[in-house]
Amino acid sequence: MLRQDLDVIEAERLTKAFGDFVAVHDVSLRVKAGGVLALLGPNGAGKTTTVRMLSGVLVPTSGRACIAGLDVVAHAAEIRGRVGVLSELPGLYLRSTAREYLDFFGAVFGLTREQRRARMTELLAQFEMSDVIDRRLSEFSKGMKQKLALIRTMLHDPEVLLLDEPTSAMDPQSARLVHDALLQLRDQRRSIILCTHNLVEAEMMADDIAIIRRGQIVAEGSAAELKAQLLGRPLMEVRFVSPMNGTLHALSERLEVESHGDDWLRYWSNNPVNDNPRLLHWLSDQKIDVVTLSEVPRSLEEVYLRVVEQSIEPGR
Amino acid sequence: MAAVAVTYPRVGWWTGVWLIVRRELRDTFRDWRMIAPIVTLTLIFPVIMTVTARAAQTFVNRFGTPLIGERLIPFLLLIVGFFPISFSLVIALESFVGERERKSLEPLLSTPLTDGQLYVGKTLASLVPALLAAYLGIGVYVLGLFIFRGWFPPPILLTEILLLTTVEGLVMVAGAVVVSTRATSVRASNLLASFIIIPMALLVQGEAIIMFLAVYDVLWYVALGLVVVALILVRMGIGLFNREELLGREIDSISLRGVGRRIKQYWLAAESDRPEQGFWLRRLYERHVPAALRRTRPALGVVVVALLIVGVLTGVAGSRITLPPNVIDLSHLSMTSFAPGTPNLLLPEFSWSAVWWNNIRSLLLALALGMFSFGSIAVVLLMIPIGVMTFVAGLMGGAGYSPIVFLVAFILPHGLLELPAAIIATAGALRIGTAILHRSPDMTMGDRWWLALIDFVKLFVFVVIPVLLAAALLEVYVTPRIVCAVYGCAG
Repeated sequence: MLRQDLDVIEAERLTKAFGDFVAVHDVSLRVKAGGVLALLGPNGAGKTTTVRMLSGVLVPTSGRACIAGLDVVAHAAEIRGRVGVLSELPGLYLRSTAREYLDFFGAVFGLTREQRRARMTELLAQFEMSDVIDRRLSEFSKGMKQKLALIRTMLHDPEVLLLDEPTSAMDPQSARLVHDALLQLRDQRRSIILCTHNLVEAEMMADDIAIIRRGQIVAEGSAAELKAQLLGRPLMEVRFVSPMNGTLHALSERLEVESHGDDWLRYWSNNPVNDNPRLLHWLSDQKIDVVTLSEVPRSLEEVYLRVVEQSIEPGR
Repeated sequence: MAAVAVTYPRVGWWTGVWLIVRRELRDTFRDWRMIAPIVTLTLIFPVIMTVTARAAQTFVNRFGTPLIGERLIPFLLLIVGFFPISFSLVIALESFVGERERKSLEPLLSTPLTDGQLYVGKTLASLVPALLAAYLGIGVYVLGLFIFRGWFPPPILLTEILLLTTVEGLVMVAGAVVVSTRATSVRASNLLASFIIIPMALLVQGEAIIMFLAVYDVLWYVALGLVVVALILVRMGIGLFNREELLGREIDSISLRGVGRRIKQYWLAAESDRPEQGFWLRRLYERHVPAALRRTRPALGVVVVALLIVGVLTGVAGSRITLPPNVIDLSHLSMTSFAPGTPNLLLPEFSWSAVWWNNIRSLLLALALGMFSFGSIAVVLLMIPIGVMTFVAGLMGGAGYSPIVFLVAFILPHGLLELPAAIIATAGALRIGTAILHRSPDMTMGDRWWLALIDFVKLFVFVVIPVLLAAALLEVYVTPRIVCAVYGCAG
């Protein structure tokens, strides 16, 4: 069994060049067992190439990567057996039925007939597709095709999942099913790399986020770290039961006020863990009743756009 | 990054192949656009051929030429088998590139299946339905002939036809899979298919001649040749199969700048360890030519061995033939004996320039043909004159002359230069022709081909052509005099 603290996915200075074109340059990544890393980046940034190298399909030009301790070049076939790869497009065999399709991939991954049947039943039920098992894939909607491709990816219960845009063609309900499935996989200590353009999804699912642009990782960390790093200090908002009247002046001396209304105030905090309890204590002493105190939400989208814009250097 | 001992289930080699074959066959048999023509060619075409054979035989009998009708019936047996296997070409051509276009290739390449399993699985999946259709078609045709004309092909002939059909199918599929792995789209794959269709069409025409001449034993040799070609293509296919190429290729465009850069890179390959120093021509003979010769060494070895074998065999064959007296008489030679009796297109006159140009032209033609025949035609074209020469030397022995003296007088003076030059050029052509067959981790097929071509150019321009010039001068001005000195010349 895997040790919990082991980096199941580990890439060091991974580089891939196609002729003169460098698709991925010096990319280093680490994902622990049960960890989810979201790989964000514009189209053509190098996400798919990175995934293909990690899955033993492409050979890195330089650098090295290991999956569960196995080198992706030296043990490429074994890596492919341990990893579940969901490509950007489902790429199904449209003349097959869902059963035939999954049975083929299950067999290729070495599952016995009974294992294949059991896994198929379980996963199709999980994704609410049990009733279409004998339908031709040509009759499937985009979202159904994508769900089936994800089932294929999970069929052999891989230790590592490399998922390229798993919910891009799905309706919200299906996307929710996928998110639940991913959370379940995380609980089962599977390691996941999630390439996505859906920033809400990335923030919701991932422990860490890496933003890749022109083949290089330009920002990395948890969503909170990235926000703090790139958007500055958190902005807090406190709402009062009644208008502040004369207390604004006193509050302004204690806080760096950003804006205010009759019964609300926004302030910057260098350290919310210290600042907020102290503020609440003071307000309590002043007999000022508080309705809410919360951080003003800042989206990952702001972080992403800032990183991507910052990394556009003249002449590149 | 310590390895963790977790095992995962793995399918056996042939199980993996079978899984691919089964899935592909299921897809093929669900496509009416595939099935309809196969059924037509399998069941209806042989019936039409039976009727055609009968009508043709009746027709030619009216003109007193029953032989044509008799020969037509076995020939149609071959055709009935060939038509359905042409479908294997269609299936194979889109085997990899079609999946790539439909985006279903990446999930397949991301499985633990090995390159060999994928290649063999795809090849068999393309071959099996077409071969089954071909066998069935032949069966229907033979049955028709037996029922309506009471004729059944001799078992040997039937075996030959079945073998040829099988091997032709394998050649087409192996070639088409190679094309499919290299093409960027199904359209490009279909366009490249002419490299398979045209040689196969020529082959069928050749087989038609053999069958109308009724020299059926020759078909065994044809089948043997096709087996060799199939093996080469299969090896080439496995060598070229590359997950990275299959996923990486998007658009193939001609980049003259890229070609130029590559030529420069390989032209300077001999100087990579030392910077350019001294006059370029000196550097060329000191470094480039020896390096090119070193890289051509294996091909040189093959050519020399082939020439030795053919030389010995034909020499021995010639010595065993006893010609009637006076057929070979070297006592009436004169200096004019060395000029061709009638000026012809190849050698209009016995001059040093004509001989020189003729030799250059022959070796360049051998190179061109060698490129399309894995170098084999280039070697054969050199084996023929050597074989003729040693055969004649053998005959000389039977006519009372010393073969050694004959060779020393007629060949040695210019042959000392001409033969090594020809061997170098032929080895270069062989190397170019076989560059696509080798596998090496450090060079792509394209790189090997370019390096072989550039080495050929270096050797041909800076060694072969100057040496052939010297040889031509010797052949025209020295060899005749030595012959006359040895055998005596009138006038």
